[in-house]
Amino acid sequence: MSAALAETAHSFLARYEGLREHLPGDGAARQAAAAAFAAIGLPGPRDEAWKYTSLRPLAEIAFHAPLAALADPHAPSALMPALDMPRLVLVDGRMQPDLSVLPDGVRVSGFAAAPEFGALPGAGRDAMAALNTMLAEDGARIEIPEGVDAGVLAVISLASEAAHHPVDFHPRHAIRLGAGARLTLLELARGHGVYLHNPLTELHVGAGATLVAVRLLEESHRSFHLSGTYAEIADGGSYELFLLHLGAGLARSEIDVTLAGRGARFDLRAAQAIGEARHGDITTVVRHAAPHCASRQSVRTVLDGRARGVFQGRIEVARGAQKTDGYQMSQALLLSPDAEMDTKPQLEIYADDVKCSHGATIGELDADQLFYLQSRGVPQAQARGMLVHAFLAETVAALPHAGARELAEAAIEAWLGARSA
Amino acid sequence: MLEITGLAAAIDGKDILRGIDLKLPQGEVHAIMGPNGSGKSTLSYVLAGRDGYEVTAGSARLDGADLLAMTPDARAAAGLFLAFQYPVELPGVGNANFLRTALNAQRRARGESELDAVQFLKLARAATKQLAMPDDMLKRNVNVGFSGGEKKRNEVLQMALLRPRLAILDETDSGLDIDALKIVAEGVNALRGPAFSALVITHYQRLLDYIVPDRVHVLVGGRIVRSGGPELALALEADGYAAIAAEAA
Ligand SMILES: Nc1ncnc2c1ncn2[C@@H]1O[C@H](COP(=O)(O)OP(=O)(O)O)[C@@H](O)[C@H]1O
Ligand SMILES: [Mg+2]
Repeated sequence: MSAALAETAHSFLARYEGLREHLPGDGAARQAAAAAFAAIGLPGPRDEAWKYTSLRPLAEIAFHAPLAALADPHAPSALMPALDMPRLVLVDGRMQPDLSVLPDGVRVSGFAAAPEFGALPGAGRDAMAALNTMLAEDGARIEIPEGVDAGVLAVISLASEAAHHPVDFHPRHAIRLGAGARLTLLELARGHGVYLHNPLTELHVGAGATLVAVRLLEESHRSFHLSGTYAEIADGGSYELFLLHLGAGLARSEIDVTLAGRGARFDLRAAQAIGEARHGDITTVVRHAAPHCASRQSVRTVLDGRARGVFQGRIEVARGAQKTDGYQMSQALLLSPDAEMDTKPQLEIYADDVKCSHGATIGELDADQLFYLQSRGVPQAQARGMLVHAFLAETVAALPHAGARELAEAAIEAWLGARSA
Repeated sequence: MLEITGLAAAIDGKDILRGIDLKLPQGEVHAIMGPNGSGKSTLSYVLAGRDGYEVTAGSARLDGADLLAMTPDARAAAGLFLAFQYPVELPGVGNANFLRTALNAQRRARGESELDAVQFLKLARAATKQLAMPDDMLKRNVNVGFSGGEKKRNEVLQMALLRPRLAILDETDSGLDIDALKIVAEGVNALRGPAFSALVITHYQRLLDYIVPDRVHVLVGGRIVRSGGPELALALEADGYAAIAAEAA
């Protein structure tokens, strides 16, 4: 860890020391996380998992805790999407009951009111998870009882810029679906200004339950989004994640999924669209711990300017996980000679009767496709835009919820619009 | 009208077209026939403006304007349409959106008003119906998962909607059964008139039974070695290219 990063880590630890008496929940868990964080610090270039993503830019910013009470809770309403569905709204990492519309059939509370840390597989090893556990103050807790189809629910995280200086927040979310339950979750992150959003989500998908999650990152271009999602899927359960990285100066989504029961499934369809000198990183670990499980991951990345994209995907197949079906594909489109994509697939297979494959492509726009469009009268710049849009839109075309699909498509359009402007 | 004079073109330094002269007056349909590798597709790509061809001599003018100086989209807006021998698949681009974008881009370039979704759909439905194409062809991604015949019909659909002044059909008939062939021919014949001309590239006389050309040109080794009336196509069918080429040499 560089001296500058060590100093940043130190300031987070000092914050914890100052706040520890006031933080909710299990003090011992926090203390253990703080000890772990003090020992490992913020990840640096020598950390294998962070080889392609440097946190150095974090060290250039003096972060503060967000204001405890917003003077005007409606301040960030310009960021609020027009959604006709139940929603939980967080501003600067804190739940805002006044802005939220609670759903039926779902038990919802805030982490601050019911603070509980789950038993994460990776928390002890991962610095950002430890940082979250150390400083988490609030977050959404969602519980769908057994057999309930809860429809659609939005969780909206806004960064307000109310404090007029850079803030960091570490919300702790927990989502639990009972056996046979269903939920479509729309996770939106938007913001203004400079901030660090470091959410950690613990997910439990019960036997035969289905979680469809659409996660749209439209964070400020000067922000840092470093998120961890730790999921455990029971037998016959399914977690389908549509992930769109469209914002943040530096975004890293770590997705850690354990297929714990027979026949469990994980589907990831992700797209990153990154321009200028921004950075996007999708890092996944999928653990096949039981037989007859399937995982499908497809990540598409569009890079413009001097942007850098990363996809690291690890598939681990445990000894007893026979008939595993694992697939992983990364496709990158480079729109500029200065953009860079780093792909690192890893397969660790300890069972013999499995089907696992991975692939990666990196390329430019297809000249034949461009010419075909131009030969029909479409000017070159517009033709390029259409092909980039098509590349990204295929990711969300399979989205089962029409409202979510429209929102995702609008977000892609907005990204393309901003690019050509 | 299209006027090609002494046109020569090379790919990677290899001469493919070796001096082509061809006049296609407005309102006429000409056929180009020739063996594989004679340069038929190269000619159509050079006229449409695809990258990778070096024009080493000659010119091509459409209604007096220098085609070779224009970008491909400007050529399209000027009225040129190429039905590709191998239509390109566009995953993630819906066919209706593709067609409307193309039509409106051309209209914009010509200073005409754009069509809204409703106006466009009405036109598109009428065209699919006329070409006996299922409506769902508009909803699918451009050429993705289309059979060979469907791809060719989709080219004809684009032509019907874009209403070019000059259409170049590059072996649109190859791989089509007789019913599809008739539909393609009807698509071309429906556009025939004083303001439309076409260059129909084909291997077989068969298509020319349905699209009767005003003239037939034989392209061999990058040169037009013979031109004549529709009867030339019949002679080719009977005697083969070798005889014609030997005679011309
Ligand atoms: N991209 C290319 N690179 C090199 N040679 C090419 C390329 N395209 C075509 N050719 C060559 O140019 C000649 C003419 O090809 P083409 O125009 O496709 O013929 P046709 O359409 O009459 O069958 C052939 O010898 C072919 O091999
Ligand atoms: Mg050809």
